[in-house]
Amino acid sequence: MEKVFIVGIGATKVREHWNLSLRDLMVKSAIKAINNAGINKQDIKAIYIGNMSSGYLQGQEHLGALLATWLGIAGVSACKVEAACGSGGAAFHQAFLAVASGLYDCVMALGVEKMTDAITSDVTSALIMADDQEYVAFTGASFVALNALIYRAYIKEYGVKQEDIALFAVHDHKYAVNNPYAQYRREIKIEDVMNSPLIADPIHLLECAPIGDGSAAIILCNERFLEKKVSDQEGVIEVLSSVLATDIISLHDRDTYITLNATRVASSKAYKMARIEPKDVNVVEVHDAFTILGVISLEDLGFAERGSGWEIVREGEIEIGGKIPTNTMGGLKARGHPVGATGIYQIFDIVTQLRGEAGKNQVDNAEIGLAQNVGGVGGTVIINILKRVR
Amino acid sequence: MAYTKSVPRIWRERIRKYRLLGGVCNDCGKVFYPSRRFCPRCGSGNVNKVTLPRTGKILYFTVIRNAPTEFKSFEPYILALIELDNGARILAQLTDIDLEEVYEGMPVEAVFRKYKEQGRDGVIEYGIKFRPRE
Ligand SMILES: [Zn+2]
Repeated sequence: MEKVFIVGIGATKVREHWNLSLRDLMVKSAIKAINNAGINKQDIKAIYIGNMSSGYLQGQEHLGALLATWLGIAGVSACKVEAACGSGGAAFHQAFLAVASGLYDCVMALGVEKMTDAITSDVTSALIMADDQEYVAFTGASFVALNALIYRAYIKEYGVKQEDIALFAVHDHKYAVNNPYAQYRREIKIEDVMNSPLIADPIHLLECAPIGDGSAAIILCNERFLEKKVSDQEGVIEVLSSVLATDIISLHDRDTYITLNATRVASSKAYKMARIEPKDVNVVEVHDAFTILGVISLEDLGFAERGSGWEIVREGEIEIGGKIPTNTMGGLKARGHPVGATGIYQIFDIVTQLRGEAGKNQVDNAEIGLAQNVGGVGGTVIINILKRVR
Repeated sequence: MAYTKSVPRIWRERIRKYRLLGGVCNDCGKVFYPSRRFCPRCGSGNVNKVTLPRTGKILYFTVIRNAPTEFKSFEPYILALIELDNGARILAQLTDIDLEEVYEGMPVEAVFRKYKEQGRDGVIEYGIKFRPRE
């Protein structure tokens, strides 16, 4: 297997991009990543595009050929990769496989979602397609509602106060303030969260990741390409492991709701492949589409005991300077969650930290970072572990 | 959208949906809904079809206040994860109930109700909802 390196990153700010289309967003982040790597666009042999809902929300599929055309490199291998909210992570995983296999020396993983052209209830319809259309979406379930059931199960099992879980949103907002790419660069208080309207009881509006547009891109390459074609050899990141695992797609078929089994499976494989343990991780991005998911993910990734994910949030262990700095650029809640792009934004944020480019949010001497991207209610989880090597 | 306007799509699920046709795994014992070829827990193909009991209790519930477009006019409504008397679990709406009445552990029974309409000129989609049981 070839070693895989990250040599370029690019992203648009996450926001309501009234003036940018789906293709504009893709082209913008792609060019930024290509320039960041200091390579030519013709060097790219393949593109993997993470996207969930372009067909439903934009009436546009066939993103591979579309991007290749508008980037002026038609002929390149390019196609869309879809795994609901895990699409970005899944696209990165495919890009990793393509380089690791030795088939391509340089590829791009790109994520994109254009959500804000649609009305909110149509976005709600799009997101529930992450679950079983016939037996879950059919009931009128929303994606928030499914996470609300997980929330109830967790509170019942561990007797936790909702405020202690909702704190995760406050945490994310604090760090988004210093992230120029973040959708919501302002702090919020726990009272704001608890007083915001209910979306699906007990989940409040400010416990949910927002709707937004965005695109992010990453350039991956092998060692030969790195040495021959990349002029800047500083801040090179190696992908130590990239693992995707699935779980039973719908909650009602599972035996437990308070843990995402796919996170446990994927992360234990990823730790093993990277030859590290959870304690070796310096900075982590967890997929907190809802506050409860952030808390559960800290447990499933091995950073907290079962039932105590909320405690390490409350005790400051996930702050910069704490034991396991988490979502240091704002996470899904405040950096934003343009669904199919999120997995790529997470890699973007981890690389920013490992390169020492995180500004006021910099984690000192961050060397190893982990990103956890979740599709659906844990039907897919992708874990990527990165390390600064020079 | 195309997927929301199809008669055959409803027709081919009619038995599993209307009769609550589930499955039971002869290897690991899991009872599941709907019926299918392989057990979702252990993967065994040694499964039998079983008509599920129409009574059970609420495990967890939520109130949907921001619904998908097709359900917008029904807001707010209760969605519940229900455990049937033989252990099978099913996701369904509650009906004939006020928002304040529902609680975890509440006994419920299945009823045949309307779920949604396929637009102004389309067919009406029915399915099983649950209501409080005396
Ligand atoms: Zn079984």
